[in-house]
Amino acid sequence: MTARPRPRLAVWKFASCDGCQLSLLDCEDELLAVAGAVEIANFPEASSAISDGPYDLSLVEGSVTTAHDAERILEVRKQSKFLVTIGACATAGGIQALRNFADVGEFISAVYARPDYIKTLATSTPISAHVPVDLELRGCPIDKGQLIEVLSAILAGRKPNIAAYSVCIECKRRNTVCVMVQGTPCLGPATHAGCGAICPSFRRGCYGCFGPMETPNTAALAHEWELLGASPQEIVRSFRSFNCAAEAFRKESEAHGI
Amino acid sequence: MQDTMTAGSKAVLSSDALQALIVALARQGYTVLGPRVRDGAIVYDEIASSGDLPAGFRDRQDAGRYGLEPREDGAFFGYAAGPQSWKRFLHPPAQTLWSAQKTPDGFTISREEVSVPKLAFLGVRACDLDAIAIQDRVFCEGPYRDEAYATRRANVFIVAVNCSQAGGTCFCVSMQSGPKADTGFDLSLTELLDGTQHRFLAEVGSEAGAALLAELPHEPTTGAHLAAADAIIDNTAKQMGRHLDTDGLKELLQASLSHPRWEEVARRCLSCGNCTMVCPTCFCTTVEDHTSLDGFSATHVKKWDSCFTLDFSYVHGGAVRTSGAARYRQWMTHKLASWIDQFGTPGCVGCGRCITWCPTGIDITEEAAAIRASQCVKEESDGGA
Repeated sequence: MTARPRPRLAVWKFASCDGCQLSLLDCEDELLAVAGAVEIANFPEASSAISDGPYDLSLVEGSVTTAHDAERILEVRKQSKFLVTIGACATAGGIQALRNFADVGEFISAVYARPDYIKTLATSTPISAHVPVDLELRGCPIDKGQLIEVLSAILAGRKPNIAAYSVCIECKRRNTVCVMVQGTPCLGPATHAGCGAICPSFRRGCYGCFGPMETPNTAALAHEWELLGASPQEIVRSFRSFNCAAEAFRKESEAHGI
Repeated sequence: MQDTMTAGSKAVLSSDALQALIVALARQGYTVLGPRVRDGAIVYDEIASSGDLPAGFRDRQDAGRYGLEPREDGAFFGYAAGPQSWKRFLHPPAQTLWSAQKTPDGFTISREEVSVPKLAFLGVRACDLDAIAIQDRVFCEGPYRDEAYATRRANVFIVAVNCSQAGGTCFCVSMQSGPKADTGFDLSLTELLDGTQHRFLAEVGSEAGAALLAELPHEPTTGAHLAAADAIIDNTAKQMGRHLDTDGLKELLQASLSHPRWEEVARRCLSCGNCTMVCPTCFCTTVEDHTSLDGFSATHVKKWDSCFTLDFSYVHGGAVRTSGAARYRQWMTHKLASWIDQFGTPGCVGCGRCITWCPTGIDITEEAAAIRASQCVKEESDGGA
């Protein structure tokens, strides 16, 4: 068994904040086990020793926002046996997909002293808009327990246990009292599980970091938010954050007239 | 009097005896779980003394709404069903069933030891007693007995409390599960508050309950105590926040599988699964296999699942219940109809949790009534034609 070559891992960065790939380095207790189980062949954030592909597993962080990146992801795909996107940017376009709702040219002229230096696309798009993706890991940032689960599953050749149901199920399993029923608007009922229902355990509504759950009824949830006193602007802003370009959240954010 | 305590025996306790009760249970090695205020709700959690009980609070419940309000009378048990039932202590949300270890010539499997704390449940309402009885049937009486559940269950001491007020979403009277606890307890209490005196009428339900009551300072009952307790229960029965007409309901629902109401409720249903998680009888679980990074060990874990998830009905090729309408119909018709075919009773005890804790306030009694109303209209028009 020890004679078997270790699978080769690569970690790629596109438009992102690095938080998700840092989750891998943040796996303090498991990091040695990860390093023992895979050959970390290409992970510039961790090591300057970079080996050429092909790779058995690529973890891709970030969204595609430039023509250069739109080319680069094609090459990453070619070099990778398994391609797993990590986080809201790679999976939904990230917070930078707010540009999809506006005129990126206006942003550039307002922000940069020399707009002509900036070459960017009009939209921020998820990796799956460019190449086939084997698995998408949600979250802003991802949950390191889920990352370890995916790595363990791929190494064992089994299906990873990544549930696509609501945050509510995690809330109830951990015995958190529902904040929404107590009057605090919460995105949990429409949001993909995975974080372990952190925010409601601190008496805050869910921010939707993990994006839409498998069968999101955002219209019914938004209606309930209205009954709890949320303004249309609050509803739009809540759906339009890290996962604003995820289909269900985008549509709901556009349904409130702002 | 101590010598003659048997099931059905009654005695009167002072409110101070509640502390003695908690101490006596702890002395017998029980971890005492009871109501206490946490996060703006009355939850069931470990308690150390009667000072932990939610005296001074009452709950206000409606469809999709819950809140606490102050109360002046000092009642310890002046509230209705809590956010979650006792289910989580008997049927935990996650349990490792077994683990496996790779060896040089294969692998070994070790069964997970079931931790069996002696638990005392203080303040179990009649609806929840009925729910525990239902889960007993589900887990212990079928061909595949759940030994872990049975072992936990055998170690539980139950102090029931008869409800002195109904919640806004309660309908135990409709389900014939309350408000009085008739069976399934070791000891039951009715809280008697008459402005000047704060007492409990205690009733013995088992030998263990008789022995415990004998240890506590108590007085004989009088006719006035019994009449006061009866009046409290009668009054609670009249306060039910909800009503469910169960007459012919099983046949009605099973004949209404294509009813347009399922599509209508699906527009409000979030498929979040909250109703199933808070339901004291919902028992469904899934299992997950986990493996270590080095490939040398694995665990097999059982977790609460919900019929509102897609994976729940996943069979080869896809999920069977892909629409919200199909998922809600599955849940409601199981609770109120096919559960009867399966286990002999409905799977609903009228605790109202699914109504209170539904984020959009979907009300099972309202949904059943809507289907019944449309059927009545249909029958009338059929009759007139």
